[in-house]
Order: sequence, then structure tokens, then C-alpha cells
Amino acid sequence: EPRHSGGPCPPPADGSEPAHCPGHRSRSPRKKWQVFPGRNRFYCDGRIMMARQTGVFYLTLVLILLTCGLFFTFDCPFLASNLTPAIPAVGGVLFIFVMGMLFRASFSDPGILPRATPDEAADLERQIDSAGCSRPPPRTREVLINGQAVKLKYCFTCKIFRPPRASHCSLCDNCVERFDHHCPWVGNCVGRRNYRFFYLFILSLSLLTVFIFAFVITHVILRSNQTGFLGALKDSPVVVCFFSIWSIVGLSGFHTYLISSNQTTNEDIKGSWSTKRGKDNYNPYSYGNILTNCCAALCGPLPPSLIDRRGLIQSGTPQTVSQSNGTSNSSYASTQLHSNMCDQDQCIQSTKFVLQAATTPLLHSDPVVLAPLPGKTTTLGGPCAYLAPAQPSLPSCGGDVLMLRDAAVDSRCHHHLHLHHHHHHHHFVSPEETPCATPQGALPCPAHLHLHHQPHPAIPSPIALYDPASQDALHEDSVRGLVKLSSV
Amino acid sequence: MAETHSLQDMRQQAAITAKVFIQRDYSSGTMCQFQTKFPSELENRIDKQQFEETVRALNNMYAEAEKLGSQSYIEGCLACLTAYTVFLCMETHYEKVLKKIAKYIQEQNDKIYAPRGLLLTDPIERGLRVVEITIFEDRSLTR
Repeated sequence: EPRHSGGPCPPPADGSEPAHCPGHRSRSPRKKWQVFPGRNRFYCDGRIMMARQTGVFYLTLVLILLTCGLFFTFDCPFLASNLTPAIPAVGGVLFIFVMGMLFRASFSDPGILPRATPDEAADLERQIDSAGCSRPPPRTREVLINGQAVKLKYCFTCKIFRPPRASHCSLCDNCVERFDHHCPWVGNCVGRRNYRFFYLFILSLSLLTVFIFAFVITHVILRSNQTGFLGALKDSPVVVCFFSIWSIVGLSGFHTYLISSNQTTNEDIKGSWSTKRGKDNYNPYSYGNILTNCCAALCGPLPPSLIDRRGLIQSGTPQTVSQSNGTSNSSYASTQLHSNMCDQDQCIQSTKFVLQAATTPLLHSDPVVLAPLPGKTTTLGGPCAYLAPAQPSLPSCGGDVLMLRDAAVDSRCHHHLHLHHHHHHHHFVSPEETPCATPQGALPCPAHLHLHHQPHPAIPSPIALYDPASQDALHEDSVRGLVKLSSV
Repeated sequence: MAETHSLQDMRQQAAITAKVFIQRDYSSGTMCQFQTKFPSELENRIDKQQFEETVRALNNMYAEAEKLGSQSYIEGCLACLTAYTVFLCMETHYEKVLKKIAKYIQEQNDKIYAPRGLLLTDPIERGLRVVEITIFEDRSLTR
């Protein structure tokens, strides 16, 4: 599972903005997009945002540019001179409109819901726990909307109850309002804020494709009178047009239907409002007539972005991740403590998860076991010596785990270790449903640091090293497990 | 603005007793509305009527922002025709109403909530999820 990391990025010079670093957290984050917890990429200092995987978007661009390029180069001169110059003019306008809508759909915020602040999350947790006496407590809420019962689900990643019609996109790791679908062709989610751009894009693209196809055929027919059919055909982007027409026109038709009935792709696929679910099932969001539905979707008010990506981070503002610079606004101390304690438990839980994932040591046959079994201390030298060459200076645990990542071959381990890396850097999110913010000085860290500070086989008694860990059985487990991982 | 800063400074020196979150009310759909239910933590701080009035006023303003009327349609069509470049010079109706809401909240804080040791946070800073009311400890009974 690809994780958003941004990779090593040269630190920005004083005062310059890391415009070329896609979402990488610089040493002194100044703008909110730099600490955005979702899996998005940001460009132009936060003005442009896209999903993580943008390959297919570039393919879309190439296809459109290629087709139009071929059309304008090979067909338009002939058509302009033989028929009318209005043809390339209209084609040009359509092309510009298509590109404009594509960029608007791709680069704008689809309607991402910002994650709950720690205080809100704690408050919700209290409400949830006090509400039900059953275990686990119910994490859904029923709401009556226009007479129809709608279930609101709790999002574990964003720690909110999702508004109706919102959904969590697993690719971007965000909750998006009025979530339609995640479109790889556009390189972004399609949600409340960019649905109209998406729709206009596919509509205008289908018009453009039909336009080009029609005039290319005209060109071929006219020219075949002169040079022969096949000769004329080879210069034309007929093939691309032909195939794309069916898919794009079909998609436009589908979305026209969705707009007129005020449904999202998500709802349609799940059959949320279909009468198959129940006789009385109906769409509570529909305005009743097609025209109002269309107007509402296309000409309705455009809500502003809720994530304020270019805003400056202020020290007093509660961030959804734990404060990295530790500026203690005492106001939040009490709630932070509460969430830190919870997070410590979750940290242990997810560490245990990591242990379960790394079942066998891949490179070493002898698992390294510490404190309770002092007999096998000598094997510590082995993995240390192996890992030593890759050792950078270790300011924090994250570095260690990153090194482990190099050693570990198993891709599953990769994923979980990377998770560990991220949460040690107080960065964002977990791919699972247990987000984990590292408490200051997590206990597994000393284990790592000690381990890698001794590259030579002479190692101090591990019992002394792990004394604090042996106090708590859970911590002991995690420490042992992590050292076991290091032997991999 | 200077008044705001001194207010904020004063607030930061006072200890926060609790925070109350007014959740969204989805009974009329996805429109932005907040619950008018009076939270028990505010019982001895502010009266119910005042609180409900504030929340209702906010709800009305949000409804105005999201209203589907001729004005929004004209704005939408104009924007579409200009390929949305018109928003480079003009701000959307929604943004105008949000500014109005921010001013209203500021006003309410200054006149009504701050003297009672409460602080309303603009919902837009919380992603329109909640109205956050911070309750400060009662250092001086100003009633």
C-alpha cells in the first residue's frame, strides 16, 4: 500500500517556500497544507491539490492533447480552407473549455472534511461510550431526513460522524462531502465542490470527441475523393476518438441521470435509494423535479474549501496531529494528556499489530530475545553489525525504523514499519482504524537507540537496557518484538 | 481588531474549564444547521433563550448561504460562462455570508458571551462540524 511520505526533500532555504516539495513536512511548517493528514499532494504552495497517484491523470492529458493536436494539425487546415474556418474556432473553444474544466476538477479541493481536533474527538468518544451499554459501543447514528431514515457512520480515521452523503476515500484517506467517486483519470476525488467541474469536463469532452470524430470523418471522406481512403485515414486520430466516444459519452449520460435524480455514484452503486431495498425507500435529497435537481447540482452555490490549506499554522490552533513543536498552550494540556494516554494504549496496540505482521525473521535464523532470557545476548552483535553501515545519526526513533525498512525485505513489514516511522514523526495517519499519535518518549525507542549505538559486537547487558521495559508486560512484549524485527 | 487581541489574551490567561460542542443537525438534509438543544454545561452561565437565539441566527445565515434562489443561479451561470474566472475578482455568495457570520460571532462574543466567561468559535474553523463553546473558569462574577 503506497504511503504518502514525500521522500527526502532538500530543506528549503530561509524564507523560500518549498513549492516543489509535494506535501513534505519541512523543518518549520508554516502553512497548513504542509501538515495535512490526508494522502494528497500539494503544489504551488498549496494552491493545487491532487491525489497521490497522478499517473492516469497525465495519461488523460496526453490523450486529449494528442487527439486535439492531431486534429488541429492535420485536419483543420483542410477543413478551414475547404469548408469554413469556424470549425477550428469552435474546436479551439471546446478544447480550452475542456482543459479548463479538467484542471478545475483535478486541482481543487473536492470537499474534504477536516479531521476532528483532539478535543472534539474526545468529546465524541465520551458521548459514544456513555450512550450504549453494549460492547462495542454503537458507532452509528440514525437521523430522519425528509422522512427517510439515514444512518450516519463514525469515521475512525477522521474521528467524526460523517455527514449524510459523505464518504471516506481510502485512496486519499480523507472524508469527502457528497462523495461521488475517486476518479483516477482526473487524479482526484469527485465530491461536492468539484462535481460540477467534473460533469462539465466529461460533457464538454464528449462534445469535443464527437466534434472531432465527425469532422475527421468528413475530412477523410472529402479527401478520399482525392487521395484514397486509407491514405486519408492514417493521418487522423480516428481510432482514439472512436473508442473514447463510447466510454465518455456513456459516462456523460450516466452522470446526467445521476444529476437529474440527485444521487451520487456511490449511492447508485450501493443502491441506497432504490426501491429494491424497500417499498418506501426513496431519495430524501431529491428536490422532486429534474430541473431543480440539475440546477442545484450545476448552478448551486459553491461552498468554500473547509481545509484552509494555505493558512498559516498558529501555535494556539489545535491541530489534528499532536503538536510537534510542543508549544504548550496550557489550555489544551488537560485534553492533550487524556488523548495522549489513550494514544499510548493505541500505540501499544498497533505495535503489537506490527509484531504479528513480522512473524519470522527473514535473514536471521536465531530470533534475538532480550531481558527475560539473557542467554542469547551474543546474537545481538549480528544484526547490529549488519545494520551498522546504514546507520545515520539517530535523533529519534523514526530513523531507526527507516533503517529497518531498508533491511526488511517483506513488503508487509515495509508497510507496518513505515507506519511506525510515520507515527514516530508525529505525522499523520494510520492506514488502519487505530490512529496512533506517539506519546513523548515511547518506550520502544530507547531499545532501538541503544541497539544501534553499539555497532560492534560488544554489547552491554541487555537486562540493564531493558529494565524500564520489563516493568510493564505489554511494553516488554513490544520491545522484544521490535528487537526481533531488527534481526530481520 | 485590537479589542479582539486583548480579549484573546485575557482568555488565554484564564483556565479553560470545559469545552462544549454543538453538533450538526442533519434532519433537514445536508444543509449546514446546528442543533439548538441547550447543553447542560451552560446552564448556570447563560440563559437558554439567548443561546437558542444565537444558534438560530447562525442557522438562518447558513441557510441563506446555501439557498437555491435566482441569485445563486445567476451567479452559477455567469461563472460557468466565464469558465469560473469571474471568481478571481469577485467572491462567491457563500463567502460573503461567511464573512457576515464571522462578524456576527465576533459581536456575540463581545456583547454576550465574553462577559459570561464563554467563547464561541466560528464553525468554519472547525470545518463546519461543530460550534465550539469554550467555558472559562469564573474568576470574577461579572453579573
